[in-house]
Amino acid sequence: MLYFPKWLVALILGICALGVVFTIPNLFSTQTVDRWPNFLPKKQVSLGLDLRGGSYLLYQVDMRSVITERLNDVVDGLRSEFRTAKIGYVGLGASNDAIHFTLREPDRMEEVRTLVRKVDPDLDMTTGADGAVSLKFNAVALNNVQRQIVDQSIEIVRRRIDETGTKEPSIQREGEDRIVLELPGVENPEFVKRILGKTAKMTFQLVDENASVGPGGHPPPGDEALLLKDGHSPPGATIVVQRRVLVSGETLTDAQATFDQYGAPAVNFKFNAEGARRFGDATKNNVGKRFAIVLDNAVISAPVIREPILGGQGIITGSFTTESANELALELRAGALPAPLVPLEERTVGPGLGADSIHAGALACIIGVILVVVFMTVFYGLFGLFANVALFFNLCLMMASLTVLGATLTLPGIAGIALTLGMAVDANVLIYERIREEVRGGRSLISSLQAGFERAFGTIFDSHLTTLVAGFLMFFLGSGPVKGFAVTLSIGVITSLFSAILVTRLQIVSWLRRTKPKAIPI
Amino acid sequence: MLRPLITIRHIPNIDFMGLHKLGFVLSAVLTIGSIVLFLTQGLNFGIDFAGGTLIEARTQGPAHLAEMRSTLDGLGLGAVSLQGFGSPDEVLIRVARQPGGDQAQMDAVAKVQHALGSGVDYRRTEVVGPEVGGELIRAGILATVLALFAIAAYVSLRFNWQFGIGAMLSTLHDTITTVGLFSLLQIEFNLTTLAAILTIAGYSVNDTVVIYDRVRETSRKYKTMDFRTLINKSLNETLSRTILTVSTVALAVLALFFFGGEVLRGFSIAMLWGIIVGTYSSLFIAAPILYYVQPRRSSRAKKEDTQAETQGAS
Repeated sequence: MLYFPKWLVALILGICALGVVFTIPNLFSTQTVDRWPNFLPKKQVSLGLDLRGGSYLLYQVDMRSVITERLNDVVDGLRSEFRTAKIGYVGLGASNDAIHFTLREPDRMEEVRTLVRKVDPDLDMTTGADGAVSLKFNAVALNNVQRQIVDQSIEIVRRRIDETGTKEPSIQREGEDRIVLELPGVENPEFVKRILGKTAKMTFQLVDENASVGPGGHPPPGDEALLLKDGHSPPGATIVVQRRVLVSGETLTDAQATFDQYGAPAVNFKFNAEGARRFGDATKNNVGKRFAIVLDNAVISAPVIREPILGGQGIITGSFTTESANELALELRAGALPAPLVPLEERTVGPGLGADSIHAGALACIIGVILVVVFMTVFYGLFGLFANVALFFNLCLMMASLTVLGATLTLPGIAGIALTLGMAVDANVLIYERIREEVRGGRSLISSLQAGFERAFGTIFDSHLTTLVAGFLMFFLGSGPVKGFAVTLSIGVITSLFSAILVTRLQIVSWLRRTKPKAIPI
Repeated sequence: MLRPLITIRHIPNIDFMGLHKLGFVLSAVLTIGSIVLFLTQGLNFGIDFAGGTLIEARTQGPAHLAEMRSTLDGLGLGAVSLQGFGSPDEVLIRVARQPGGDQAQMDAVAKVQHALGSGVDYRRTEVVGPEVGGELIRAGILATVLALFAIAAYVSLRFNWQFGIGAMLSTLHDTITTVGLFSLLQIEFNLTTLAAILTIAGYSVNDTVVIYDRVRETSRKYKTMDFRTLINKSLNETLSRTILTVSTVALAVLALFFFGGEVLRGFSIAMLWGIIVGTYSSLFIAAPILYYVQPRRSSRAKKEDTQAETQGAS
């Protein structure tokens, strides 16, 4: 136990040295570190939003609207299939997460089953008495859709945030259907929230001039009534458009805010080759008619097609302000969100509070260290100093691990550091108390030391492990601040095991060799 | 050679087992009291759990709380609570969740900011929806329960099941009374408090493990010693290290309490209480419980002794 092979000494010293080296950049400002030559380690620990200031936004991807939309598509599909196959039905409609209808001729159920599979293979069909049918998406399909929608949403959110020029944004999935945005330095997230508040699904559809819908009325088959928000019409006005989409926003390659010929804000857009061809065809065949520009289920403009638009470019005029034109252009450039995002949580920390928190946390740590160092020296003398040296390396190793692993340091994380400072020397106390006891029991110097380290190890290991268990549980079940705390606590417990046992032992052994003492000063 | 200034050479001879019934009664009172408080008075949940809006503002010069309160009460935002936060120029404003969606919450923030006028620095704004809180509470309870069972399982594995029960009961006692303290003092219970409770669960076992280790060792050494003497002897022999290890952590937590800032105050209070009550419960609950669930050591001890021999000194 008291014998250290050369390689072990080298390993211990090496780890301690690395700990110090990777801690050093954290003691300087980022600007200073940037000027250092490249062979030096320059990575600094990344600070959480509560320390550096910024906005944290938690969104839920609203799957319901996606499901409803898809069910409505199925209803449309079934309607036309049933018409061709001349199948009679009543009460066909989608509600919540299911489609219900009743067949007039229940014995044609098998035929219907085939048609349903043709329209959407992901549907589970259950049949009741008297030809009642209900359709639901099966769980696997729902899961797949959800994953896909959330992935797409994250991608679109990223593009929109990138357009705002926010530095180092972090956009991540949380749980099954949530997205977390962390935007360092953003003090007022209003703009970000506005541009994420709309899905910006844009389509071009023809206006059905022959139809109009009064309140409570139904549009003719193949048409839909949409709100008209072109800035001139009274609020609540509707317009009937054909359901068929001429061109959709997915084919846009660019959009810019601009001004129309009267100097009013407008949005200029460009199609890709396919979009340009389809837009060209559609406008060529419908000269003199009106087409509707539909954004998030409302018509924002319905101009008359005066001549075929073949250049693949267009301009949207309407009720824009310079700001809203800019926002729409940004949203169109970044693409439409596949589902609406519902904000669940929003936290903003100003830079002043962050800086104050760092100062307070650092001060608490420094004072904690001083108290512990004095305590250990008072109670254990020279051996206390050994423990203090180990404590120093433990601190460095913690900082270095956080830095190298890319963990985020939060205010609770700093609390975790302060706490592990106190816990780290616990191992030393257990070892030293055991040594004392062995000395009292009449053992020789060397054998007391040996027994002290050996016998205390099991206890130390057990007690560290229970703390580690709590740390892991916090990490996997906790959120936000709890996670940050769990990370530093767990890292601290592990590094303290190394420093309190190996680093202390190495010091004691080399002290023994150097001074060949007759008695132990504890 | 640098010698220690203070050394504890004296091994005390305290009759812990004589006091343990008093300890059990005290703990029962504390635990039941905590549960009653929790059920009647509840916890002062922070917005992490309760949802709502929180604004931390810094005014120029000392804040006039009464004046601000009457201004904000006139806004028709429902329950608005104000409290000083650390220094005299800092105010914590809490607004209950507004009916309506996210926009309604943002409007409330804007109203508050407008009403307080310029010259106020908004250091922190948090808006939490009602969905998140419930999940966090469930996850927190789950984590605590899992931690308790994990600890019991681990201690059972390393010692045997009687020890596992003792460790779990004393840890449960520590966590429940910490919640009780928060209910009694109505200190804000937030996510960092939850972290503190889980840490207490993990840390308060440390003393217990140290003591159990010694109980096991002593029971092997003195195979015929009666359990009462055995527990007393083990507790007295390990008392100095129990006190010293707790003191170092207490020092670190005290530093956090006094210098770590207002945001961590709840955390530090919970930790401070947890480590003190954790030490108490190790001495007066975890160890005496062994007397009642006495591990059958005659056969057990022999078996473990032979195991230890075959494994070499562990």
